[in-house]
Amino acid sequence: MMEAIWYAIVAGMLAVYVALDGYDLGAGALHLFVARDDAERRQVLGAIGPFWDGNEVWLVAGGGALVLAFPVAYAVGFSGFYLPLILVLWLLLLRGLSIEFRSHVENPLWRSFWDVIFAVGSSLLAVVLGAALGNVLRGVPIDASRTFSLPLFADLLPGRGSGVLDAYTVLVGGFALVLLAAHGGAFLAWRTNGKVRERSLRTSRRLYVLAAAIFPIVTWATLEVQPGLSGAAAQRPVAWLTMAVAVAGAAALAWGLARSRPRLAFASSVALLLGLLASTAATSWPYLLRSTVDPAFDVTARSAAAQGYALRVALVWASIGLPLACAYFVHLVRTFRIDPDRRIDAEHEVPGRSHSGPG
Amino acid sequence: MTDPVFWHRLQFAFTITYHYLFPQLTMGLALLIVILKWKALRSGDAVWDAAARFWIRIFGINFAVGVVTGIPMEFQFGTNWSRFSEFAGGVIGTTLAMEGMFAFFLESTFLGILLYGEKRVSRRAHFAAAVALFLGSWLSGYFITATNAFMQHPVGYSLGADGRLQLSDFRAFVFSTWAFWEYAHVMTAAVVTGSFAMAGISAYWLLLGQHREVAQRCLRISVIAASIATVLQIFPTGDRNGKLVADHQPATLAAMEGLFESGPYAKLAIIGQPDMKHRRLENPIEVPGLLSFLAYGSFGSTVVGLNDIPSDQWPDNVPLVYYAYHVMVGLGTAFIGLALFSLLQVWRGALFRQRWLLWCWMLAIPFPYIATTAGWVTAEAGRQPWIVHGLMRTSQGTSPQVGTGDTLFTLLGFSGLYLVVGILFLFLIGREIAHGPALPAPAPVEERP
Repeated sequence: MMEAIWYAIVAGMLAVYVALDGYDLGAGALHLFVARDDAERRQVLGAIGPFWDGNEVWLVAGGGALVLAFPVAYAVGFSGFYLPLILVLWLLLLRGLSIEFRSHVENPLWRSFWDVIFAVGSSLLAVVLGAALGNVLRGVPIDASRTFSLPLFADLLPGRGSGVLDAYTVLVGGFALVLLAAHGGAFLAWRTNGKVRERSLRTSRRLYVLAAAIFPIVTWATLEVQPGLSGAAAQRPVAWLTMAVAVAGAAALAWGLARSRPRLAFASSVALLLGLLASTAATSWPYLLRSTVDPAFDVTARSAAAQGYALRVALVWASIGLPLACAYFVHLVRTFRIDPDRRIDAEHEVPGRSHSGPG
Repeated sequence: MTDPVFWHRLQFAFTITYHYLFPQLTMGLALLIVILKWKALRSGDAVWDAAARFWIRIFGINFAVGVVTGIPMEFQFGTNWSRFSEFAGGVIGTTLAMEGMFAFFLESTFLGILLYGEKRVSRRAHFAAAVALFLGSWLSGYFITATNAFMQHPVGYSLGADGRLQLSDFRAFVFSTWAFWEYAHVMTAAVVTGSFAMAGISAYWLLLGQHREVAQRCLRISVIAASIATVLQIFPTGDRNGKLVADHQPATLAAMEGLFESGPYAKLAIIGQPDMKHRRLENPIEVPGLLSFLAYGSFGSTVVGLNDIPSDQWPDNVPLVYYAYHVMVGLGTAFIGLALFSLLQVWRGALFRQRWLLWCWMLAIPFPYIATTAGWVTAEAGRQPWIVHGLMRTSQGTSPQVGTGDTLFTLLGFSGLYLVVGILFLFLIGREIAHGPALPAPAPVEERP
């Protein structure tokens, strides 16, 4: 029971991470396209400025919860993906600095440099998140030593000979990029104004259509790679519920985009992402990391969990900590809410820019 | 050199040392910023506001680098130290997860408000954001120190049937004595770094005759903060940490002091070089009996020397532990001298006239970083050969499938990347210092020159 609760908590925290950091990664992926000059780019960065760091905390906190609840999964997974994960760290590092450092120097070359780092880093991270999920769904070659290591890429088709990147994981990575870019576009359409808003809304619409077109292919490929999932999905009421959330999110999203109501579209997009990821988690239970060598080496919630006492105690303090985290988030959103008459004015929102403003 | 453990250790040591250059400043500055914001709120004086804004900007740059270099730390427990994570994750996962939930969310939210929200929230709410940021960063320090404290002196655990550690007593683990004193020592050190940085930069402005109003106020506050923190650094926090090491890590104490022979009236070495071949301290200047007294409270107490400890339980680099410890203590003592002498000058109202003293403060900026780093080297190299003291050896904690080539590659990558980050960081901080605090201009200025 404890394993199931913590499986839900860890999966939920990582899903929230994707839904939140997803929009600032998506904004980064669109950065060079929807914002053409310095003032417009400052709008994009000003829109995500107060939020992106807190969004990334969901990854760190979710990672912490993974160590707490499933130390074996953390150990096997992280060491197995050694090089890809270190590359991700470097990307996260450069991308984070691009947001913080860009505004400090007036020089146009400095700013263009960080704009490109921001866009490329964000796009690659979106692909990496998708590919990571693809790897988890496909499985990795865990053997009797209870470890695995994977080349970056080897066989093209998913199977025992494939690396971190194969046709399937790249497909999921591409889907993640399209969907998160659309998600970021919806966010920017809500939080910016003028040309940036128009372009973001237009791009976002197109990308959602593209995502809707790829989605059946991804679903088909996933069921080809892991046929057991469809049976699990059919039998679990939780999965029906999360799928209903995803469908409702998609419907509201379509309506919000059609009516040019970006705030509604963005909120629906959050629901869509959470619904999709929760459905994935609900159907993959209890597997944390499947072995492509032998099912006996699968890392499951039960085999990887910390013992009951630690999890029970943690449930007590997490039931204080998580609501607090949500309360901070609501407070932050309310602080940076948009006045009805005046959209975010990025000119004065970027730290280190104005004399009277802090930062 | 072909032993992967060496490269795993070097990479972790390098990335953690580099990372901690930033949080030690931000945790110390967080407290000082609260004081500046409090003064601004109470007096309504624009000079305090200008000072707070400047230090919030410095804080912001440091925090950003601290965050991006901090994420690799949490990842590396899994990527490089998977057997350690598997073994101890059932215990230390608790503090790692609590740090995320209770500290990082608080910190990141209110940093956003502090950096971007001054015009959107009331003065009171902006002050509250500074307090929340202070709480968040100090909580974060607590949880990660408690994690380290478990590795130094494990308590509150039991060994499971599967050979992994399990949490058995939440309170004993999270609120252990070791964690409390280590935390107190680490946080006073952060206040030393923060106050020395503030004092040093203020002294620089005063020497140049710039930003007088802000510089004088910041210097006065930071000298007072430094006086309190440097004294607390040695007593009681340093003293209590030393006694804990004496009680629970006798090999480490012997290495720190370069003590080879056991016996009562153990001498405290002020200076000297450990000679590992002949197992003695070369060219020592020693105070008889003082080590016994400091470790156990009486001059006659017996302190165990390295010769009476099996050498496979010694820290694997005794001279490193010895020198790091002596650098830390030597600098810590010098800091007290500088801070208290300056405090006297503050009291006499003569601080700002003594140019040589301002020079001392300006040149002192790097030294708390060195002392803090030396302190961590003492603690971490001193804990060797254990990764969890007495329970797991460091050599058993690495990821078995990650070899020398992988770690060497990533270490080189980290080195290059961090070098670039360091240069950019210094460049930006240099610009901020050159620009200085901006007092409200008569008319709003569009762009900064």
